[in-house]
Amino acid sequence: MTAIPVPLDHVFVLAATLFLIGFTGVLVRRNVIFLLMSLEIMLNACGLAFVAAGAHWGAPDGQVMYMLVLSLAAAEAALALGLILQMERRFRHLDIDAISELKG
Amino acid sequence: MNLLAFILLLLAGGAVAAVSERLRPNAARWVSLGVLLVTSLWLLATAMTTTDTDVVALTRLAWIPRFGISVQLEMDGLSLLLVALTLFLGIVAVVSSWTEITERRGFFQFNLLWTLAGVVGVFTAFDLFLFFVFWEVMLVPMYFLIAVWGHEDRAYAAMKFFLFTQIGGLLLLLSIVALAYAHYASSGVISFDYHVLVNAPVDQPLAFWLMLGFFIAFVIKLPGVPFHTWLPDAHTQAPTAGSVILAGILLKTGAYGLIRFVVPLFPDAALQFRWPAMLLGAISVVYGGYLAYSQTDFKRLVAYSSISHMGFVLLGVFAWNQIAVNGAIMQMLAHGFSTAALFMIAGALQQRLHTREMSRMGGLWTAAPRMGAITLFFVVASLGLPGLGNFVGEFLVLLGAFQVDVWLTVVAGLGLVMAAIYALSLMQRSFQGTPADGVAAMTDFGLRELSIMALMMFALIGLGVFPQPVFDLAAPFVNRFVGGGP
Amino acid sequence: MSAPLQLLAWVPALPLIGFLILVVTEGRLGKLPVALVGVGSVGGAALLALLVSLRFVQSEQDVYVQTLWQWLAVDGFGPTIRLYFDGLAMVMVGVITGVGFLIHLYATGYMAEEEGYSRFFAYMNLFVFAMLMLVLGDNLLVLYLGWEGVGLCSYLLIGFFHTDPANGYAARKAFVVTRIGDTAMIFGLFLLVRELGSLDIQTVLHSAHASWPEGSSINTLIALLLLGGAVGKSAQLPLQTWLPDAMAGPTPVSALIHAATMVTAGVYLIARLNDIFLLSPAAHLVVACVGLATLLIAAFSALAQTDLKRILAYSTISQIGYMFFALGVGAWSAAIFHLLTHAFFKALLFLCAGSVILALHHEQNVLRMGGLWRKLPIPFFCMLVGAAALAALPLTSGYYSKHAILLTSFDAESIGPWFWGVASVAAFITGLYSTRMIFLVFFGTQKTEPHDRSGWNMTLPLLVLAVLALGGGWFGLNAVAGVLPDGGVKHGEHAAWLAWATTLIPIAGVLLGCVLYGYRKTESATDAAPQPLRGESIAGFLRGGWGFDSLYDALLVKPFVALARLMKGDPVDSVFVATAAVARLLHKITATTQSGQLRWYAASMGIGLAVALLLAVLV
Repeated sequence: MTAIPVPLDHVFVLAATLFLIGFTGVLVRRNVIFLLMSLEIMLNACGLAFVAAGAHWGAPDGQVMYMLVLSLAAAEAALALGLILQMERRFRHLDIDAISELKG
Repeated sequence: MNLLAFILLLLAGGAVAAVSERLRPNAARWVSLGVLLVTSLWLLATAMTTTDTDVVALTRLAWIPRFGISVQLEMDGLSLLLVALTLFLGIVAVVSSWTEITERRGFFQFNLLWTLAGVVGVFTAFDLFLFFVFWEVMLVPMYFLIAVWGHEDRAYAAMKFFLFTQIGGLLLLLSIVALAYAHYASSGVISFDYHVLVNAPVDQPLAFWLMLGFFIAFVIKLPGVPFHTWLPDAHTQAPTAGSVILAGILLKTGAYGLIRFVVPLFPDAALQFRWPAMLLGAISVVYGGYLAYSQTDFKRLVAYSSISHMGFVLLGVFAWNQIAVNGAIMQMLAHGFSTAALFMIAGALQQRLHTREMSRMGGLWTAAPRMGAITLFFVVASLGLPGLGNFVGEFLVLLGAFQVDVWLTVVAGLGLVMAAIYALSLMQRSFQGTPADGVAAMTDFGLRELSIMALMMFALIGLGVFPQPVFDLAAPFVNRFVGGGP
Repeated sequence: MSAPLQLLAWVPALPLIGFLILVVTEGRLGKLPVALVGVGSVGGAALLALLVSLRFVQSEQDVYVQTLWQWLAVDGFGPTIRLYFDGLAMVMVGVITGVGFLIHLYATGYMAEEEGYSRFFAYMNLFVFAMLMLVLGDNLLVLYLGWEGVGLCSYLLIGFFHTDPANGYAARKAFVVTRIGDTAMIFGLFLLVRELGSLDIQTVLHSAHASWPEGSSINTLIALLLLGGAVGKSAQLPLQTWLPDAMAGPTPVSALIHAATMVTAGVYLIARLNDIFLLSPAAHLVVACVGLATLLIAAFSALAQTDLKRILAYSTISQIGYMFFALGVGAWSAAIFHLLTHAFFKALLFLCAGSVILALHHEQNVLRMGGLWRKLPIPFFCMLVGAAALAALPLTSGYYSKHAILLTSFDAESIGPWFWGVASVAAFITGLYSTRMIFLVFFGTQKTEPHDRSGWNMTLPLLVLAVLALGGGWFGLNAVAGVLPDGGVKHGEHAAWLAWATTLIPIAGVLLGCVLYGYRKTESATDAAPQPLRGESIAGFLRGGWGFDSLYDALLVKPFVALARLMKGDPVDSVFVATAAVARLLHKITATTQSGQLRWYAASMGIGLAVALLLAVLV
């Protein structure tokens, strides 16, 4: 079976779209969990771009980078969920706007 | 005498004091006192056995050889005098805080001893990089002393102190590095050794700017007008022991820097800058004296009088002749004793009356005649009565400066009248006059305070009547100092 | 060569030891031990001084020098603590220890009821020590040590009753005003070191002759600066204002410090350094003029005072003015002679005044005294003697010294007769105010009931001093002749009329006084307005010391204090405070971007990234 090569441009447009969706999510959502999910989308968008680029040049680097992003995302998710739990315990809500203690 | 061990002993003593609080709350002050006594005895033994007042002790170890940085500690007569003053006033500080400090006693003594260690390091370091390290070491614990155990406005005062000295420290660091680099550029050898750098030729415009960097760093510490304003706040807010150390010793590091580094490292540039520097000294004398008179807070008054007294040192160093420089050294020592004692009295008053405001004192002599008589002694010393150390210092400084610039000396001479005005008004407003409300029950000095005061009185009388040993000790340094001058 | 001469060092040492004992015991001793230490140390010093003086006269040496130790030695400047005993020092030491002893003895009675008995004698002993160092020091720096030391003791003793702020004010005024003079003096010392390289008095005098031509400007400057110190210490114009206020101190203090010894230190200084002044005719003339102006002004002020001690204070200023005047016209011996006799009769007058004041329960206003001569016979007779000597009536000690001064002044170059005239007017006024004082205090109607409380320890000094005030001058000028060179003054024969006039003028003053004050027995018993209304403004002006006080107040003190209030916050600090304020303002502006909301950060990050990428693509 021969693979039909997907044009690189298409993959990049998809990755950019995913990234923008994620970024918009980060900007507009108030709930931290959705924020986190948006972040994951952004990360995966980056990963997609890496993989596509790696496939394009036939180099393994893209996949290596994706592995890195994947493990980073896992670590980040673990940390972030811990923080979310703390936040829930301390503030009894998950509204990111309501905690602005770094306000100058 | 191994100077590194000497300093490490103080540092270790601080650490032990900090831990010892866990065993017994009062153990810390005993540890502190013990360490200071041991080091004092050690110093005394060294001083007694030494025959060479040029190099009393010398310790040299490689540290960062790649950059020509070494642990080079040296003690000549001048350093010996100042280290002795440091340890003595350290004991005074411990004794004066004996009952005043009730919280975090271990940490307090830790900071005290680390400041002292830093100061001893400053007075003995002959490697400029090491000097800078010690310069910072004495700063941070002092910051804590003010910020943690200070009075009502301590945060402001501590921050102001920190910022001023830190800016000075930055200038110092820049100047040191630039000097070492200039030496490297001309000779190909990188070194921070004082003896090497003293003989390093530096080109004129650069030398002037480097000299100015050193000068400002040390004048901030001295402090000289117009960089003096951190001092009244820091003094007023610091706990008694902090004020004692600050006035008695830390200011001397500024004076020491001027006399050890600014002038010998950049003789030509310093000569060029001589008149402005002497002018600053004379202005400090008069301005400090005048503002001392205008204060109503006991400690603030003494703080401003310190500015006035240290102005004499600035004047004397830049007058740059035997008489004036010896006077400046004497003034450093005598001011250490007289001002430390006055701050201790201020602390004792605050502990008893819970105020430093002189409008709420008055007539204290009736309740505490012993305290009154002792205050009178130090007040009179600070106005420069002949027979006490301060007079010898001020007289020699003025006499030496007179040979250089008559009119600046006349301006500084007004300081003598100012001193009489502010010193006697201090005495009047606190101890004389009609007794204020609630002072009648004030307790007088006890044995602990009396004995430490008596020691300081003996010291001042000794300096005033038999000052020659001090001059003899400092002679090798002073000869070199003056020899490189005009 | 002789053992007793070496006892000289113990003369100042004894009072110092007394002081130390009294300080260390902190007032825990009883009154008797305190008195023994306080009076005994000075008495011992007096005895030793007498022994040393006798031996000194016998030995026919010119000077005796005792070196104690090298004070300091820096770069060729090496003042030595050395005692120098010659005729002049002998006179001064005699006055200080002798009169000092009598006054100490008197004070044991006078101060018996007061608090701080021990403190009082401690200060007094310290004073005697410092004063002895002043006159014995062979080096101007040692002299300066004594000079400042007596100033300190004067300060302490004026403010002895420290609970009254007014006393403290008077004390500080005394110290600060004299400090102004002292500062001038110390600059004179600096100049001496610069020009002559030494502060040893003998070296200075010697090399002054060698290196300066007569009338050189540097010499004049030095002489004037030294005169500044002398003027401050001796309460001469223009620094005389502190002395009347100094009467706030206990009366024995006024007798010892502000009449007999300390205030004559200026006279001593000029006499000691006479060559410096002889070499500068201009400065020498200034000394005479200062003395002349002071003696006249103070005499008029004394006439208008109502406080007994202030009368005596102004009269002291005036008499010291005579001494300065004498120094200025070259009558060195006469000046020292007058110093000696003045110490006797003025100490006597003050002690008598003390007895009167004590008997009247610390009443000092002469207008509330009167008619006391029957009740207080011994103070009365003694005061009579003292006043006669003050007025320079013939046969009293004051007559001999003042007579000598006046006659010599006539011989002064070109303006001698004018000098003589003005000084004689003042002598006339002196007779007048002495008489006024005696009549107001001892005659007329009695207004306050006295209680004589003086024991033998107060009476004996009065009697001894009365004898000295009366007979102290009979030895004549010869007693102190040879103490100093009477440089440049010719001792020509004076016309007979001059001698007669000089003798008669004070008598005329006394007689006028008797007429003016003697017949006013009916003077109003109510003391509200005893002065005739006419001339009250002049009297007030005189009483206030010719307005010097208010002038200095308006010109110096008030601006000084007002400016100090203004500067309290330290104007330099405002620069740093302003810097901090600017930093804080910038902080406030930039802090608004720190909203604390994640989305803003994320958005700005995104926008920033986009802009950066855009730039990267475009450029």
